[in-house]
Amino acid sequence: MEIIKIVGIGIVCAIFIVLLNKDRQEIAIQLSIVAGIVIFLMVLNKIGSVIDVLSELASKSNIQSFYFNTILKIIGITYIAEFGAQICRDYGSTSIASKIEFAAKAIIMYLSIPIIFAVVQTLFKILP
Amino acid sequence: MEVNILFKIAAIGIVISIINSVLIRSGREEQAQFTTLAGVILVLLMIIPLLTRLFSNIKTMFQIYY
Repeated sequence: MEIIKIVGIGIVCAIFIVLLNKDRQEIAIQLSIVAGIVIFLMVLNKIGSVIDVLSELASKSNIQSFYFNTILKIIGITYIAEFGAQICRDYGSTSIASKIEFAAKAIIMYLSIPIIFAVVQTLFKILP
Repeated sequence: MEVNILFKIAAIGIVISIINSVLIRSGREEQAQFTTLAGVILVLLMIIPLLTRLFSNIKTMFQIYY
């Protein structure tokens, strides 16, 4: 019954944010950040157990752990960047939000270069 | 446990709004400005540890080490 708790927190927070948005916007933005963090921390251990199972499956099916770790890293970076960008966009700083997203894309590209390289190498091996 | 911080922040916002309007009504605009600043800093001090916790949790979960 976690979902009822989470929906309740979300609705109460939204009401408070609407209340504070008129003349205390700086507190409203901080309240929305805290709401995001609290909701994430509530579902954290569930994501953790899913990741444990996935990594065990990956190690059983002989996927190199480097590739799996890279994918995990990319998911984490995406989550953090999305969190920051959404908050910036909610409160009107659209340009900063798009810069955060650009930085996340650059870092993801940097992390995924070894995978792309491996794919191309395999392709060259298959092709005559 | 962590839900309390939401209510704390909302209460701080409402109380600061009230203090602000009282101070402006009685002609002390500068002190009202300082109250606003104090509220922002107070809430910031509350959310920074939480933000650090979120980031360190994500780092350990997704195995990001820089």
